[in-house]
Amino acid sequence: MTKNSHAVTYPAFLLRIFRGAFDGTWRFYVWMTVLTAIALVGANAWAQQTANGMHVTSMTDHVSWGLYIANFTFGVGLAAGAVMMVIPAYLYDDHEMHDVVLVGELLAIAAICICIGFVVVDMGRPDRLWHIMPGIGRFNWPISMLTWDVLVLNGYLLLNLHITGYLVYTKFLGKRPSKRWYLPFVFVAIGWAISIHTVTAFLYSGLGGRPFWNSALLAPRFIASAFVAGPAFVIVLLQVVRRASSFRIGDGPIRTLTSVLRVTVLLNLFMLGSEVFTAFYTGGAHATAAKYLFFGAHGRHGLVPWIWSAIALNVLSAVLLHSKATREKVAVLDLACFAAFVGVWIEKGMGLIIPGFVPSTLHEIVEYSPTLTEWKITAGIWAFGLIVLTIALKTALPVLTGEVSLERDRELDRTRGPAEPEEDVRLAS
Amino acid sequence: MSAAHDEKQPRRVHLKVLGATLGAGAFAYAMAPLRAWTKNISKEEFLQRHYKELTREELAKVIQRLEAETKRDYGRDVTIKDPKPREGVEFGYALNLSVCIGCRKCAEACHVENNHDRRTNNSYIRVLEMEQGSFDMERGNVQYDGPVPKPGKFYMPVQCHQCDNAPCTKVCPVQATWKEPDGIVVVDYNWCIGCRYCEAACPYHARRFNWQKPEIPAEQVNPDQGYLSNRIRPQGVVEKCTFCLHRTREGKLPACLEACPTGARVFGNLLDPNSEIRWVLEHKRVFILKEELGTRPRFFYYFDV
Ligand code: SF4
Ligand code: SF4
Repeated sequence: MTKNSHAVTYPAFLLRIFRGAFDGTWRFYVWMTVLTAIALVGANAWAQQTANGMHVTSMTDHVSWGLYIANFTFGVGLAAGAVMMVIPAYLYDDHEMHDVVLVGELLAIAAICICIGFVVVDMGRPDRLWHIMPGIGRFNWPISMLTWDVLVLNGYLLLNLHITGYLVYTKFLGKRPSKRWYLPFVFVAIGWAISIHTVTAFLYSGLGGRPFWNSALLAPRFIASAFVAGPAFVIVLLQVVRRASSFRIGDGPIRTLTSVLRVTVLLNLFMLGSEVFTAFYTGGAHATAAKYLFFGAHGRHGLVPWIWSAIALNVLSAVLLHSKATREKVAVLDLACFAAFVGVWIEKGMGLIIPGFVPSTLHEIVEYSPTLTEWKITAGIWAFGLIVLTIALKTALPVLTGEVSLERDRELDRTRGPAEPEEDVRLAS
Repeated sequence: MSAAHDEKQPRRVHLKVLGATLGAGAFAYAMAPLRAWTKNISKEEFLQRHYKELTREELAKVIQRLEAETKRDYGRDVTIKDPKPREGVEFGYALNLSVCIGCRKCAEACHVENNHDRRTNNSYIRVLEMEQGSFDMERGNVQYDGPVPKPGKFYMPVQCHQCDNAPCTKVCPVQATWKEPDGIVVVDYNWCIGCRYCEAACPYHARRFNWQKPEIPAEQVNPDQGYLSNRIRPQGVVEKCTFCLHRTREGKLPACLEACPTGARVFGNLLDPNSEIRWVLEHKRVFILKEELGTRPRFFYYFDV
């Protein structure tokens, strides 16, 4: 075994990554502490929910999915949308985009962790999770769309772990990545990104008894909104990365993503409009869910503030993105991204899942409004996702910039000293 | 490198160790309710396989365990049986809307027979009060009160339709719910993971989730139980009407039928040409609910005339 065999360098790599994850400036510690605290509050709420039963949520036999599945749906969109950036980078050979693709893929990994979290907390019996594992449990594949979702989401996670892991590892070794080992995977990941959100849409659109979801437009709408949420998040994330690390990101990628966003917000609004037209022009019982969502029905208005906030936010971001101010002021661009992100979060979440259940299949109207437990758990999972994202970026980026590499580590080991304070200055700054 | 680094920064290391300890402690504290909960789940329960994979002996052991647990948790001696579907029998159910008066006796009987949670007054049957002359469920009402039948109304009880093309069994990711050879759709309460996908898929609001552990006073527990039907369900799983299979597979009638004061309900073997249910299907104006969804129910409605 030579000192350059993978059996030696790979553990060294993992160790280095692990150490890098827990070393940082005071800002990093504060950020991680806050996130950990929120995640723990969520964990505690979940433990209580599992032990005492899900009656602590606002869900009922009428509205049997709520905030968790809403967030799950949105999370899948975020995961798919994050890889959106890969498309211009590879299909059009946009070199500036190449550099930031990795950021998108790391975001996809964090988003999938979020999705898995939301599915697990929605289960009445998390102790039986093994029942859904192919091979040991009884996997109702290919009939159940949920089993498809398990496969595509985990496959997507592995793909992105492989691509990012491989690129970072080779960089750590100071080698050039061999295209053979990642390019095919990148192309598969692009197709796969579409598939995860399509399959997730099929979860709902395949249910004939739920007219609100039973629409062929659902999958395209999901994709369009994913391509709003993903780039919106990444635009802001890139700016954060630019400030908090020495990873250089030009303005090019942000500009490219902004122009993508300009189109997708409109597309998303357009599809929303088509669905609204079909529901209201046709009328009848099938329009009750839409009526309840937008205007309230039979004296109940629980979702009205939600959906109009979503529409206001989406319209605001569309207007901002097409105004000159976005080009001139980053703050305006960030505001537009924030509005788009929250707008889609509501629309794909509460605005999509809940009206599927209101009215119920026997046309009863039972309302749903998340309880504190549900909010705690939801916040906890998002905090957990941000922890994953922070650690992923924190460990991967210094390798990409060359600050961390096998050679440097070995050199430091040999000289034991001189280079040391220099690094600390950087960490403490 | 880290050794050299750490020697110079002992404070930093101490802080990290402190942070990690605090974090681990807080995590253990946050998760404490879960540990208490898992104590109530025996190793046998955790490792139990799917109903269809259990041998006779294994199932007998499982049933023994369940009976003991019921005794422990509910203070009642119960017998859990596992009657099998019979050769040459496929059940069907028909309900006469012309005579149903909306008294909800069937729903109450279901509540008692099937060991439903007393707090929520759960039942597998929901009775809709409908406008005479309209089939718009939108105008129906489940929360009606006062003496029945009311003028200008008719009543439509809805329960599991035991669909032949059942959306609920299709969507279940773990095959915890399936259709038996005699047409009854059942759930293995010890295999269901509680994802509630089936509840979203059912077009007839036939499924119920155990949002908490059912509460039943010992003297009210129905001790004649079936593994796939009315045994007391665990928290966090889905349940549904099983045409009272613990009764009907032994030649008795469903509890809801026996409770009905008007004789609106007709139950029987669809394969038996001399059965009453066959006579109804052949001679009455029969229809099924939401036929357009292609669920092919085994539950029929009909009118006299
Ligand atoms: S009525 Fe609902 S629960 Fe019953 S078989 Fe049909 S889909 Fe399943
Ligand atoms: S709740 Fe249970 S029976 Fe229903 S789909 Fe999920 S695992 Fe299957």
